Amino acid sequence: MKLDSKIPEGPLAEKWTKHKFNLKLVNPANKRKYDIIVVGTGLAGGAAAASFGELGYNVKAFCYQDSPRRAHSIAAQGGINAAKNYQNDGDSVFRLFYDTIKGGDYRAREANVYRLAEVSSNIIDQCVAQGVPFAREYGGLLDNRSFGGAQVSRTFYARGQTGQQLLLGAYSALSRQIAAGKVEMFPRTEMLDVVLVDGEAKGIVTRNLVTGKIESHSAHAVVLATGGYGNVFFLSTNAMGCNATAAWRAYKKGAYFANPCYTQIHPTCIPVHGDQQSKLTLMSESLRNDGRVWVPKEQSTAESLKKGEIKPKDIPEEERDYYLERIYPSFGNLVPRDVASRNAKNVCDEGRGVGETGLAVFLDFRDAIQRDGKDVIEAKYGNLFQMYEKITADNPYETPMMIYPAVHYTMGGIWVDYNLQTTIPGLFAAGECNFSDHGANRLGASALMQGLADGYFVLPYTIGNYLANVSSAKISTDHEAFIEAEKAVEERINKLLNINGHKTVDQFHKELGKIMWDKCGMARNEKGLKEAKKEIKQLRLDYWKNVKLIGANNELNMTLEKALRVADFLELGELMVDDALNRRESCGGHFREESQTEEGEAKRDDENFTYVSAWEYKGAEKEAQLHKEILEFENVKLTQRSYK
Amino acid sequence: MEKGHSHTLKVWRQKDAISKGEFKTYKIDNVSTGSSFLEMLDILNEKLLEKGEDPIHFDHDCREGICGTCSLYINGRPHGPDRLVTACQLHMRSFKDGETITIEPWRAKSFPVIKDLIVDRSAFDRIIQAGGFVSVRTGSVEDANAIPVAKKNADEAMDAAACIGCGACVAACKNASAMLFVSAKVSQLALLPQGKVERKQRALKMVAQMEEEGFGACTNTGACSAECPKGIELTHIARLNREYINASLTAEEK
Ligand SMILES: Cc1cc2nc3c(=O)[nH]c(=O)nc-3n(C[C@H](O)[C@H](O)[C@H](O)COP(=O)(O)OP(=O)(O)OC[C@H]3O[C@@H](n4cnc5c(N)ncnc54)[C@H](O)[C@@H]3O)c2cc1C
Ligand code: SF4
Ligand code: FES
Repeated sequence: MKLDSKIPEGPLAEKWTKHKFNLKLVNPANKRKYDIIVVGTGLAGGAAAASFGELGYNVKAFCYQDSPRRAHSIAAQGGINAAKNYQNDGDSVFRLFYDTIKGGDYRAREANVYRLAEVSSNIIDQCVAQGVPFAREYGGLLDNRSFGGAQVSRTFYARGQTGQQLLLGAYSALSRQIAAGKVEMFPRTEMLDVVLVDGEAKGIVTRNLVTGKIESHSAHAVVLATGGYGNVFFLSTNAMGCNATAAWRAYKKGAYFANPCYTQIHPTCIPVHGDQQSKLTLMSESLRNDGRVWVPKEQSTAESLKKGEIKPKDIPEEERDYYLERIYPSFGNLVPRDVASRNAKNVCDEGRGVGETGLAVFLDFRDAIQRDGKDVIEAKYGNLFQMYEKITADNPYETPMMIYPAVHYTMGGIWVDYNLQTTIPGLFAAGECNFSDHGANRLGASALMQGLADGYFVLPYTIGNYLANVSSAKISTDHEAFIEAEKAVEERINKLLNINGHKTVDQFHKELGKIMWDKCGMARNEKGLKEAKKEIKQLRLDYWKNVKLIGANNELNMTLEKALRVADFLELGELMVDDALNRRESCGGHFREESQTEEGEAKRDDENFTYVSAWEYKGAEKEAQLHKEILEFENVKLTQRSYK
Repeated sequence: MEKGHSHTLKVWRQKDAISKGEFKTYKIDNVSTGSSFLEMLDILNEKLLEKGEDPIHFDHDCREGICGTCSLYINGRPHGPDRLVTACQLHMRSFKDGETITIEPWRAKSFPVIKDLIVDRSAFDRIIQAGGFVSVRTGSVEDANAIPVAKKNADEAMDAAACIGCGACVAACKNASAMLFVSAKVSQLALLPQGKVERKQRALKMVAQMEEEGFGACTNTGACSAECPKGIELTHIARLNREYINASLTAEEK
């Protein structure tokens, strides 16, 4: 199939407006005849489900948590971008667009990103009207901060809990529609397959996580808003339940998977403390506004630190290497995430890392406290410092924090066209689970923006265009496509339950994570990737022979839940490696060691790789097929990113 | 690295909603004090699995103290001994080597046990559905800065909005009252101009739903706020009471 991104004609700034006008509408009286399934009720899915309900559609919404209020969006701390230019500091829709395209290392679609920047303002209006308590100035107007190295202050925030407040806003809108009977909510329900009738998505198969019941649900269109797949790596900042299952099942039913190798490794996380850790914790990137990143100049000093012979504060100024400030004098500690992460890895590889494991660098507030006073720093970062102390038992006011990069976000995801429709008609994807707007690297505070843009302001228009073209006749779940899909799901479950091997799901997951982190993590090379491909395949074959589960299907069985998710991670891991192998250039979060400048910076290869990689499933044990969506840049000039 | 601790764990095991539960005792050794409480349970569960026993089921997701999923009653206190901390943020350094630790689910009629340490908190969702929102349609709003909000009010609204819906307040209360949870939402929206239009109905409807769900009455013991991991204050209950009385007195505007 040829990829058609369906980008509307016309000048960039007019595309969305024109397109909205050209989209078909479903007559208000007919909307109630259409059913829409929304899988996932985080920012993207929650916003979409609520908005569909308001429009009059019948919505069925699903999430695996016990309540839609708990989706992983809740954990976002830093903030949400919007081109409001409330600060009068020169921001504009075009600037936000430009920053996002550039930040994404020129691997995103211009038209999508421009639309994102365009609707960003509406998001803030919407959230404020819902009662989201954004931070305000004394005059009562909204406050902003600069985030993730942006040259303007365009980030709106609610203390260190922006994601929570935005999600609770979407959840309140969703709750209103549930009360109104327009949305039927299925919590503790996991989607295990998507069902196609005559080539179009017409429903899903789910497992009730409390009773184990396998059920079919039909609808006229299906939206996936199931979040990112960072948990392939086992350790990440994602919530424990974040998974790729919905996206992966869609892929296996014909939805192309785009840019799977683009993962964001966030520079400021709390370092791993031992081999018993289950989860990593992010420390907001805003800390880099005032904290200075450093390691000792000499390896011997790092050794003494590790042995506890000296304390960080004993190390004199001239023996410290503020390496980001040294290498990137103009951006310093505020270089983008991928650059900050890679440099942390480099200094640790040189043996200059700190902490018990040597896999950490300092983030030091000493100078900021001296300059601004402890009160000011406490007002800005108090809750983060407190959280850090709870976890590590170190007090960041007295001794520098220790941080290390961790997997955080996946830019890759299900391929979608301008309408957010996948290559399966009737199947849409929104939020982190699609690939759309961040190219090879996402800027801080832009995921919340994208999730809400997709859910509140894009899908409600584009899904109508699809529905206007399909019959409103009800679809029966007695159709053989549903029966077959249910059967396949049941067979997979029974197979897993009956393997009775000797290794736990977590043991497999940890092994997969280690392969991915070592060979498809912050730096990748051909040799490592080829090894990884073999190792993952081996691990997957072993999984289906040796994994050990317990209990039955017809009960709350968290081991089974995990086993199903890890089975999919094992397959996705391999595709991520395929994609990383294919992309023999460095761009954004994807650093190919073979493609770097003499100074060791990432080198893009625009001549050969200015495309989106969209992978098509070709069957079990067959290689996926690559399709290229060539990216055209008409409004920005491609430049190598430089933060020197 | 310092040597890990040993603990005896007394854990509530209950096969499903209808079965009778009981405490079971487990031993765990060599737990790093840097481990989180839930990591300690992960380690134990791996051991149980290796032995072919059903792991201990407990609710958790973000493990960052923000999603409100974790809900363990540890040594007689919701979320355990530390103040302003959820169970997922609790670390093993808060326990003495050799200490016996008792772990139970939330105990409240309106939060029935589903399995082991997992309870059903859907009553909270239904309370929000009864009125915990501002009725605005997507797209039907004015510019965000058109309505200034005094910083003091915005900050206080944010204090209330910090509630994570975990239910520790209910678990802590001898009456199993949900007043702190309900008051947090009512208070947040009462403090903001956006929430003012519907404030009367909101207070009446949410309180009515709370009663229908079978939560107990509030007798002002303050246990909820003392155990709340987000420090939601009793002043919000006072505000809810005012909102409720005011709404009841002018009932015709319901
Ligand atoms: C710690 C942390 C901090 C962050 N901070 C920021 C920030 O400051 N600013 C920013 O812009 N971004 C931030 N991000 C990124 C951002 O939070 C996410 O990308 C975004 O919230 C994702 O939203 P979503 O709606 O796509 O998915 P999610 O919020 O992850 O929601 C996924 C939904 O899908 C459901 N689901 C998943 N699988 C299934 C299945 N198989 N069946 C049924 N339901 C399923 C889940 O139950 C859930 O409801 C942060 C991310 C992390 C991890
Ligand atoms: S008020 Fe506190 S204890 Fe109660 S649900 Fe909210 S956060 Fe939890
Ligand atoms: S697991 Fe999210 S608050 Fe504890």
